Amino acid sequence: MKIHIKNGRIIDPKNGTDAVQDLFIAAGKVLSVGRIPDAFHPNRVIDASNRVVCPGLIDLSARLREPGFEYKATLESEMQAAVAGGITSLACPPDTDPPLDEPGLVEMLKHRARSLNQARVYPLGALTQGLNGKRITEMAELHDAGCIAFSQANAPLSDTNVLMCAMQYAATFGYTVWLRPQDVHLAQGGVAHDGEVATRLGLPAIPSCAETIALSAILLLAKETGARIHLCRLSTAEGVEMVRQAKSRGLAITCDIAATHVHLSEMDLGFFDTNCNLIPPLRSLRDRDALRAGLKDGTIDALCSDHAPVDDDAKLLPFAEAESGATGLELLLPLTLKWAAETKIPLLQALDKITHTPAKILGINAGELTPGHAADVCIFDPQRHWKIEPNALKSQGKNTPFLGLEVQGRVSFTLVEGHVVYES
Amino acid sequence: MHSNPQLSKNGELQHLLTIEGLPATLLTQILDTAQSFIGVTEREVKKLPLLRGKAIFNLFFEPSTRTRTTFEIAAKRLSADVINLNISTSSQSKGETLLDTIDNLEAMHADMFIVRHAQSGAAHLIAQHVAPNVHVINAGDGRHEHPTQALLDMFTIRHYKREFANLRVAIVGDILHSRVARSQIHALTTLGVPELRVIAPKTLLPAGVENLGVHVYHDMQRGLKDVDVVMMLRLQSERMQGPLLPSAQEFFKYYGLTAEKLAAARPDAIVMHPGPMNRGVEIDSSVADGPRSVILPQVTFGIAVRMAVMSILAGN
Repeated sequence: MKIHIKNGRIIDPKNGTDAVQDLFIAAGKVLSVGRIPDAFHPNRVIDASNRVVCPGLIDLSARLREPGFEYKATLESEMQAAVAGGITSLACPPDTDPPLDEPGLVEMLKHRARSLNQARVYPLGALTQGLNGKRITEMAELHDAGCIAFSQANAPLSDTNVLMCAMQYAATFGYTVWLRPQDVHLAQGGVAHDGEVATRLGLPAIPSCAETIALSAILLLAKETGARIHLCRLSTAEGVEMVRQAKSRGLAITCDIAATHVHLSEMDLGFFDTNCNLIPPLRSLRDRDALRAGLKDGTIDALCSDHAPVDDDAKLLPFAEAESGATGLELLLPLTLKWAAETKIPLLQALDKITHTPAKILGINAGELTPGHAADVCIFDPQRHWKIEPNALKSQGKNTPFLGLEVQGRVSFTLVEGHVVYES
Repeated sequence: MHSNPQLSKNGELQHLLTIEGLPATLLTQILDTAQSFIGVTEREVKKLPLLRGKAIFNLFFEPSTRTRTTFEIAAKRLSADVINLNISTSSQSKGETLLDTIDNLEAMHADMFIVRHAQSGAAHLIAQHVAPNVHVINAGDGRHEHPTQALLDMFTIRHYKREFANLRVAIVGDILHSRVARSQIHALTTLGVPELRVIAPKTLLPAGVENLGVHVYHDMQRGLKDVDVVMMLRLQSERMQGPLLPSAQEFFKYYGLTAEKLAAARPDAIVMHPGPMNRGVEIDSSVADGPRSVILPQVTFGIAVRMAVMSILAGN
């Protein structure tokens, strides 16, 4: 299969490309950018005039809800949502039921995902058995089965000795440990940021220090053990500053935030909007602005969808009883573009946060359009306006705080390994 | 961006969910209407036909005696049919969701729901769900609000102090967990009380409470100095189980209202409490039963205030 994508504006952050050029694909790989290869006879020509052609997006956190939570979403529905959102590679956290703590489960998931022939799925193995925070998993076995890194997802890990051992063991094999910093005790029972809005609404709160205390423990242990750490879903201004300083001291850490948190704050809870029941909680405007600044200056490496589809019934409850999470796969691109437009950041820099840099964090050969690389490509119309509504989403989860919002940027084509897996 | 769910497009009260966001004119209208009902409650025949034929469901997902009873009396004095449901002991324990319960009761042609629930926001959830002609009154949701309690407190203050514009008011105790305190703060600031204080240890104050328009005190002597109204809050006994407070004894010593501490207030200061009281924990019996206590009149006024709220909602 040979594909000629013509007249598109190619934006390839890895190679610093932002120019109207043609892209040539053959045998699942990028053959050439710009110059037509000799004797190239395409099977298909895609006209990408007025479209952006970029590497397929890399999402660092998408819950596909399999195994165990098929009533919320299935691999089929969510993989379709991924490619409809331009995502060609995604990492899925281990908080399935049962958790991804055994090689068999990981192999099954990889196999199921592969058979759907859509986005590439990279499972994160459970850091502790059953995510119980007590005993570490067989990381080497899990790695052989296909786990790309190890994570505790949102499950508590309060025992610092276990945390240190998990980091040491992971460092032994050179695996990255993914952690979302949150002190179990300070966050106990909380559902909203400990600020003005939670005070007004009378919601049990999570103070910012729940993040920073856990973060300082992680940073100190990272230095102690030499483990490579990826910090997930930062939410506080103080947390961003701590990461900035740790990076300037040369610590091997990376970090991401959820695209929702770039745009929203505690104010969006309104009158108990359960779509704003998220982990971590939406914090103050000051925190949101600090996240934006961190994203811009590179303290925060990547944006992710933090996709967590929830069925309607689980949101039709009083705020604190509602299940947390939001659908996100199809919103990652428009929310990134919205951030870029609002803060006047060039697309080249903005798309880096959802292509090349997350690929580096995962350690995978993706997120770039370098000749010889797999042809995972996203073609989108940056001008196209659309309204976020339940029937505009392929994901089984329709829950998002952005319902009703008009956004810009819609995917036209998604290619994985040189095959068109989505076209609108 | 978020419209106030309790007001209709032309500003009429559809539900009473919170005090926050209600204009002073509306609060005053409720108090004035309640005033007109006071005479009724003192008559030989204590009934008005305003809600005749209306079905009012008292939906209590949390136990309550005073609030449920005064709502029931208020509804009956307006000639409504009242159905009391204590849901903590029925369908919720069988796994039915809150909105399923509401759907079923709506199918029985309810006109009004009076809801108490342990979760903040429960009354909002119900109000967003019911048909447009059904009204919801929040009778206490989690830590959020208890608007009719605050209204009867305002009625009581107005009864004894005539106006709000020159008052110094202190709210004392567990502000953090108190829905009553939140409603009181909004009501008092909306009605123009120039100086509102809260007095509590730091463990019982929510983050940024001063943004609600109150002055924070940690010391009773200073906090009560020259106040006209002392509003005590109930301290739930389970607060002693966790790390918030060391003991009921120490709380009483530093934050319990005694005659000695009350001496710092103005000589004509009134003492209020939403009940039920923990004597010897937040309030001393000599004060609770003393000449400045208006705790029992609060209960009596509660009936007229709840009649006012129900009749206004039914008329809109």
